[in-house]
Amino acid sequence: MPRIVRFLAWRLLQAIPIIVGIAVFNFMLLQLAPGDAADVLAGEAGGATPEYMAELKARFGLDQPLPVQLGKYLWNVARLDLGYSFRHNMPVIDLILSRLPATLMLMVAAIALALGLGVLLGVTAARHVNRPLDTVISVCALLAYATPIFWIGLMMILLFSVQLGWLPSSGMRTIGAELTGGAYALDVTRHLVLPAAALSLFFMALYTRLMRASMLEVYSLDYVTTARAKGLTERKIAFKHVLRNALLPMVTMLGLQIGSMLGGSVLVETVFGWPGLGRLAFEAVFQRDNNLLLGVLLLSSLLVVVVNIAVDLLYARLDPRIEMS
Amino acid sequence: MLTYDFDMNPRPALAETWKVSADGKSITFNLRKGVKWHDGKDFTSADVQFSAMKVWKELHPRGRSTFAKLTAVDTPSPYVAIFRLSEPSPPLMSALTSYEGQILPRHLYEGTDLPQNPWNNKPVGTGPFMFKEWQKGNFIQLERNPAYWDKGKPYLDRLVFRVIPDASARAAAFETGEVLLGGFSPVPLNDVKRLQATGKFDVETRGYEYLAPMFLLEFNLANVHLKDKRVRQAIAHAIDRDVIVKTIWFGFGKPAVSAVPSVLTQFHDPSVKKFPFDPKRAEQLLDEAGFPRGAGGKRFKLVHDFLPYGNDYQRTAEYVKQALGKVGIDVEIRSQDTAAFLKRVYTDNDFEMTSNFFYALPDPTIGVQRIYWSKNIKKGVPFSNASGYSNPEMDRIIEDAQVEHDRKKRRDLINRMQQIAAEDLPVLDLFEVRFFTLASKRVQNHTISAEGVYGSFSSVWLKP
Repeated sequence: MPRIVRFLAWRLLQAIPIIVGIAVFNFMLLQLAPGDAADVLAGEAGGATPEYMAELKARFGLDQPLPVQLGKYLWNVARLDLGYSFRHNMPVIDLILSRLPATLMLMVAAIALALGLGVLLGVTAARHVNRPLDTVISVCALLAYATPIFWIGLMMILLFSVQLGWLPSSGMRTIGAELTGGAYALDVTRHLVLPAAALSLFFMALYTRLMRASMLEVYSLDYVTTARAKGLTERKIAFKHVLRNALLPMVTMLGLQIGSMLGGSVLVETVFGWPGLGRLAFEAVFQRDNNLLLGVLLLSSLLVVVVNIAVDLLYARLDPRIEMS
Repeated sequence: MLTYDFDMNPRPALAETWKVSADGKSITFNLRKGVKWHDGKDFTSADVQFSAMKVWKELHPRGRSTFAKLTAVDTPSPYVAIFRLSEPSPPLMSALTSYEGQILPRHLYEGTDLPQNPWNNKPVGTGPFMFKEWQKGNFIQLERNPAYWDKGKPYLDRLVFRVIPDASARAAAFETGEVLLGGFSPVPLNDVKRLQATGKFDVETRGYEYLAPMFLLEFNLANVHLKDKRVRQAIAHAIDRDVIVKTIWFGFGKPAVSAVPSVLTQFHDPSVKKFPFDPKRAEQLLDEAGFPRGAGGKRFKLVHDFLPYGNDYQRTAEYVKQALGKVGIDVEIRSQDTAAFLKRVYTDNDFEMTSNFFYALPDPTIGVQRIYWSKNIKKGVPFSNASGYSNPEMDRIIEDAQVEHDRKKRRDLINRMQQIAAEDLPVLDLFEVRFFTLASKRVQNHTISAEGVYGSFSSVWLKP
C-alpha cells in the first residue's frame, strides 16, 4: 500500500473517536443552557397555553429522558442523519447545505485576500526591515489587528454604500433582478466585496506580522548568507530561498484558522446580512434549536479534522524533511 | 376573516358581513364570493371550518383560550359559516385577523401532520401577494396575485422581505434606498432623529394598536419584601416614567396609566388610582412597611431580571436600579438570554422582579387577563401570571367579562378589573411601548389599519 494511503486511512480511523467524543460533548454542553426551543417559540408568539407547550415539547422530543435523547441523537449521527430542525421545519442537512455555498464563498474570498496581501505585505516589510516602509506596514497591521470587526464593517458600509454609493450595503444578491450568467456573477461579487474585505482585515494583519517575523528568522540562517556569497540578487534570495521556508508557520496558522473563521464570520454575516452558516448557528443558540446547532458544530469539527490532515500533507510537500508516518 | 380600524372596529375582509345572534351564542359570517386560493381552488366556508377547529383551536399558541367557547362551525352553504359558541364570547370578534386567526387552505392541509406540512414553508393563501421564494436568513419574495378579489389591487408587482439582523446596518440600508419600509422599530432609537432630518422618511407609530404592547415590572409576590403591597406601591412612586420614556426610549412610548393600554380606546380606563413620581412618599411607604434604612442607607436587596431584547431594555433596568437605589432599595441586575429568562421566570419561578413587556392584544380577555387571573398561574407557560397574584374578586370579574354579552356591562367589568389591578399592583405598568414603522416617503398607504405592517399591503403604492 502506498504510504500516503496508509497515512490517510490511519488518520481517518483516529478521527472517528474524536468526532464521537465531540458529538457527545456538544450534546451535553447544550443541555446546560436553561430554557428550550418550546420556551423560545412561545415567547416569540407572545403567549401560549399549557396544552400548546406540552404538545411542542412532545413534538420536539424534549419530554424524553436525557439519556434517551442522547442515544437517539448518536444513533442518528451514526446513520449520517443530522436530524430535523423544528424551528425551520426542515431537515438540518438541507438547512446547512443551503447556507454552505454562501459561507464557503465568503471564507475562500476572505482567506485568499488575507493570505495574498498578508504574504505580500509581510515579505515587503521584512525586506525593508527597520526602514519607513516597514514601520508603515507594521503600524497599519497593528491597527487592523486591534479594530473590532463589526465596527470596521459598519464604517465600510457608511463609506462605500451610504456616502459613495459604490456598493450594496447588505445581502448576497439583488433580489428580484432575475440576473443570469456574467451579470449575476458580477452582482454577487459586488455584494461580496465589503464582507470579504471586512472579514479578511484581521487575518491579513495577523499574516503580515507572522510572515514578517518568519522571513526575518529565515534571513538569519547560514544558507542565506551562502546565497548572498554566491552573488544572488536580493530579490532572488527573498522569493526563491527565504519565502518557501518562511511559509511553513503560515500553513500551521491557516490550518488552525479555517476552523475559527466559520465562527469568526458571525459578526460579518450579521453586519452585512450575509446568509451564511455562522449566523445560522449563532441564531440557533438563542433559539435553542439544538438539532441544528449540533449539526453545525459536528460539521465544523469534521472540517477541522479534515483541514488538519490536509495541513500535515502540505507540510510534507513544503518541507522534504517532514515525513508521513 | 376581518381587519380592524385604528379603534378596533371590525372591517370586512374575507367575511363581507356578519351578525351576532341576540343571545351571543352564534355568529353568522357571509363570506366573499369568487375568492380563490393562490393555487386556483375556490375559498369556501369549509376552509373557515377547518381553520377554526383544527388550526386555531389546536395549534395557535393562544388559540385554546381565545377560542375556548367555540364549539363548532356550521357550513350551510359554501359562502356561509356559522360559529357556534357554548357561551357568548365578545373577544372572539377581535381575534379574526391573520395574526390571531389565519385561514388555511383545507385541501392542502386536511389529513396531514399540520406542523410539518411542506406547504408551511411555501404558503398558499388568498391574499394580494403570492409566495414565490424563501431563502432562509436572506429574503422572502412575494409576487402580485392577479386574481386577487379586490379588483385592480394590489398596486405593487412584488414584495421583498429582507433579513438584515443588525439594526445599524438596517439604518444604512434605509439611507441607501435599498430598503423602503420596516416595522417594529427597525433602526436604533438614536438614529431616528437623524434619518427624519434627511426629509426622506416617515415615522409612523400607528398600526400597533392590535398588539398594544405594554412595558411592565413583574413582582414575585412570594418574595418576603414584595408580598407587601406598600412596597410595590413605593416602587411605583420611586420610578419616574417620564425619564424612561423620554431619555431611554427617545419618546417612543407613553407613561402607562392603567393595565389596559390607552390605544384600546374601547376599554382603557384613565380614572384608576395613580402613582405619581414621589420619592418621599415611596420612602414613607417603605418605612411603614417595616423596612427602614439600615447600614449604608440600604433597606433591602432585590434581584432584577430584564427581558434581553436589546440595549433599551438593559438601560431601563439600569434606570430602575438607580431610581430604587435612591429610596434605599439595593437592586442587582442579572442578565441572561431570552430562553434562560423565560425559563427562570415562567418555569422555575426563580426571580424577584423582572422588567418585561406583554402584548395587551385587542381585547383584555385575550391579552391582559393572563397577568391577573389566578387560573393562569401556570408553570412552563411564557407570559402567564408569574407574580402568583390571586384575588377571588379579580377572578370573578375576569370570568364574567369573558362571557358578558352586553357591551356596557362588559366595559364596567373591565374598568373594575383595571381599578383592582392598580390598587393591588401585582405588576407595575411602566409605559405603553410605541413601536414605529419607518418608511421612505415614497411608500404610500402602508399603515391603514390597526394591523399596521401585518396588514395585507393591497393598497400600498410607490410614488416615483
